[in-house]
Amino acid sequence: MSEARSNQHLLSVENLRVEFPTRRGTLVAVDRISFHIDEGEVLGVVGESGAGKSLTGAAIIGLLEPPGRVAEGNIVFDGERIDDIGYEKMRRLRGNQIAMIFQDPLTSLNPLFTVGRQLTETIRTHVSIDERKARVRAIELLNEVGIPAADRRVDQYPHEFSGGMRQRVVIALALAVNPRLIIADEPTTALDVSIQAQIITLLKRLCREHGTSVMLITHDMGVIAETADRVAVMYAGRIVEIGPVGDVIKRASHPYTRGLMNSIPVIRQDIEQLVQIDGSMPRLTDIPPGCAFNPRCPKVFETCRTERPELVDVGATKAACWLYDYARRPGAGSTT
Amino acid sequence: MSASDVLVRLSSLGKDFDVSPPFLNRLLEREDRVLLKAVDSLSIDIPKGKTFSLVGESGCGKSTVAKLVVGLYRPSRGSIVYDGIDMPTLKTQADVEPFRKRMQMIFQDPYASLNPRWRVSDIIAEPIRAHRQITGKRAIDQRVAELLVQVGLASADGVKFPHEFSGGQRQRISIARALAGQPEFLVCDEPTSALDVSIQAQILNLMTRLQRQFALTYLFISHDLAVVYHISDFVGVMYLGRLVEWADKRTLFQRPWHPYTRMLLDAIPDLELSGRQRSPVAGEVPNPIHPPSGCHFHPRCPHANERCRNEVPNLVRKDTSEVACHALLENRLPEVTVTGEPADVGSGG
Amino acid sequence: MVATVTGAEQTTSTWLWRFRDSVRRFFDSDVFYSFRRSPVTVLAFVTAVIIFVAAFGAPVLAPFNTNDVATLDLTDAFRPPVWMEGGTSEHLLGTDDQGRDVLSAIMFGTQVSLVVGFLSVIFSMVLGVSLGLISGYVGGRIDHVIMRIADVQLSFPAVLVALLLFGFAKAVLPRGVQDAVAIYVLIVAIGLSNWVQFARTVRGSTMVEKNKEYVQAARVIGRTPIAIMVRHVLPNVMGPVLVIATISLAIAIITEATLSFLGVGVAPTQPSLGTLIRFGNNFLFSGEWWMTIFPGIALVILALAVNLLGDWMRDALNPKLR
Repeated sequence: MSEARSNQHLLSVENLRVEFPTRRGTLVAVDRISFHIDEGEVLGVVGESGAGKSLTGAAIIGLLEPPGRVAEGNIVFDGERIDDIGYEKMRRLRGNQIAMIFQDPLTSLNPLFTVGRQLTETIRTHVSIDERKARVRAIELLNEVGIPAADRRVDQYPHEFSGGMRQRVVIALALAVNPRLIIADEPTTALDVSIQAQIITLLKRLCREHGTSVMLITHDMGVIAETADRVAVMYAGRIVEIGPVGDVIKRASHPYTRGLMNSIPVIRQDIEQLVQIDGSMPRLTDIPPGCAFNPRCPKVFETCRTERPELVDVGATKAACWLYDYARRPGAGSTT
Repeated sequence: MSASDVLVRLSSLGKDFDVSPPFLNRLLEREDRVLLKAVDSLSIDIPKGKTFSLVGESGCGKSTVAKLVVGLYRPSRGSIVYDGIDMPTLKTQADVEPFRKRMQMIFQDPYASLNPRWRVSDIIAEPIRAHRQITGKRAIDQRVAELLVQVGLASADGVKFPHEFSGGQRQRISIARALAGQPEFLVCDEPTSALDVSIQAQILNLMTRLQRQFALTYLFISHDLAVVYHISDFVGVMYLGRLVEWADKRTLFQRPWHPYTRMLLDAIPDLELSGRQRSPVAGEVPNPIHPPSGCHFHPRCPHANERCRNEVPNLVRKDTSEVACHALLENRLPEVTVTGEPADVGSGG
Repeated sequence: MVATVTGAEQTTSTWLWRFRDSVRRFFDSDVFYSFRRSPVTVLAFVTAVIIFVAAFGAPVLAPFNTNDVATLDLTDAFRPPVWMEGGTSEHLLGTDDQGRDVLSAIMFGTQVSLVVGFLSVIFSMVLGVSLGLISGYVGGRIDHVIMRIADVQLSFPAVLVALLLFGFAKAVLPRGVQDAVAIYVLIVAIGLSNWVQFARTVRGSTMVEKNKEYVQAARVIGRTPIAIMVRHVLPNVMGPVLVIATISLAIAIITEATLSFLGVGVAPTQPSLGTLIRFGNNFLFSGEWWMTIFPGIALVILALAVNLLGDWMRDALNPKLR
């Protein structure tokens, strides 16, 4: 991807590599991944636990827990590199341009302050308006995220809200600064299905109305299917497939994505056995050489065990799989 | 269902938890005892060799039912009849012992359900040693190795500690331990909800295979309707401690009656990208300490009327389902038949 | 990472293999790694080992058997350390008023101090861990009673408890056996004043562990409460117990020294470090400082080494600090 092209994207990540030095050697948690998010777009990042999806989000906004560090690559937001700016600049960026929504709404809210105070403080650190105007804006925001009786609830503490309502407050906090990008890390995982549906609908509506881009990190394909425009599938720290959500879900190219989609049980589909991918994702300490998926892959061949595949165009999506490199593939045409 | 086919029968089962403030606070603030009705007059029959699933959102009491059935809690009301014997009436350890062997439990969290200080072989051998089913070191070792292979692990894995395994492998160990005493009834409390989907498929397949191999009966607790559809024969839907509807799985998923069941089915994310707009039901699960009067679901129900607000509905038979809904009895409930066959899935049958 | 085990090796000597495997796991563990990476801890460990060897090897290693009155020679009395005028290479750290070799006396005295320390810690550990386990696992009224007793116990300073018990023993027991049982009274007295810490820590951890699913699994299997407490919960609450035991050892040694210094400790025929300090104290101002300073230094080094080990252990076993 050339420098010129990346200028058009709101966020572009190139060759990002996140490492954790440990006493047993350096663990590579995110291994040279590249993707971009356009203005107003929802990019889903999906993968199993330990695939590196949350770390990717944390790396973008500079919230990697030490000793984790960005070892390579660059992150460009709105035409400017943000992976090497200082703490203070990053903090301001986090407040104004990029917001974050976490899985557990309790950790994002201060239990000692009322919801209203947290909202007004956030608003006032970014826009210079007086207390009363900020409060009016806070109530507006709570109304917007669908909290009933917002003018009364603005003076309540986080513990007086239910899980779903708390996540709405967190979304209101994220929206308070009119960010251009929201990184949502498993925003619905802690919620019940009926509440999940409410939150997804809310997120979608808000993004449409405000033109905000979203990086939606989740393990739940259902949430991705309902929300995302494009989706990146991660496995063992790498992106194995990326493309428009419909193509990835219905016409997956990478054997991992295909296996993943097939292993999800479907209502009103009567089958005796689910399609399963044997084995489990490798630990970071022993990622196999070549394609990280090769020990579990039903279509593995020699090249997969030695050389790492790069993302190549396969129809509408890109997949990192030697099957689609027709020059390297053995006995051309024998597998599909 | 004839009585002889029923392995476990729960009748008017109830469990209260005392959530009162401490004695001194009650005294000073003149408050009464507060009881949380976690499970309220629940009656179900679990047929031999079948899977009965309970679904519901968090706080609906489904896990409490699981713990009542295996004896981790004592019921406040009602009975748990296991193969003709009312379990809670058994007083001595010796009376309970024979039933302990026949039922086992699989837990949700594969990281907490295995003692981190024990080797896997000791974990799996625990039920065998506790019930003295096999004696002699060599025989026990052999049995453990056999169990490990049955759940898809290597027999040499027994010498390792739990932390050396991934989540899915730990759940296999948990299943091996549950099977060690050769039970006929397994209570599975959200056994796959802590696992990734690809691993979930492995575990569900394993459970299906073992059920066929050993003619096991499952009580399966889950919040995931797709998983429940896949694994179950019968499904009960719980809301705030009460069973609101139950039926065989096809009936329940194709002709759901209770408005809550319908809402749950509607809330499932759509993987088919049909563009169907979900109509999320407003409101949240109320605080179970102070549940709404009458039908617990009435504040969220589009069909609620005065009667729903005052009178608790009982389960009544409707075709092959049993439903607790006044609107259904009064014919106020529109009929909904979901015929949505799964699209483009070749392997469906 | 795990060595492959052949079937034969596994069946013939499983426990031996398990032992060796555990040792190998220990040397591969994060705990051992953090030990190796901390020079202060290694130094403390080496010091402690040297002191232990010197103390328990005293009958063989010490230049003189100071417990044997027959070897004492009054003409050797009040000799200063070797580097001072009048010192001899025979008595490196000098002699006391009876002609006892100070170095040998310290070695034997440390042995007594360590025996009292270890036994009293074991006593309080067994008592505290059992009560803590029961309190945490059973809960309810039993928990209430045990914890109130602990509260009462805590409001008495350790030395006071020991003094009371000692006085009681003196009043009850006939004069003849007093000296013989003095050491046991001391062990019980120090042990009694230390159990509360164990009980409280174990109770807290037990209450966390008993709600974990592995304990529920054991209950479903039908294990008895005692089996669950001992086989399941106990191994998982022992981490903090080891830390407290180590730190308690230092405290017990110092308490023993304090009591012996006050004259209510072990019999004078079997002097501990505290007794030596008391004896020497009488001559401190007449210039024979070595008789009290050297046992004092030995006590400080011993307590410091044990304490440093305890501190390290607390950090190494605390997952939050890792």
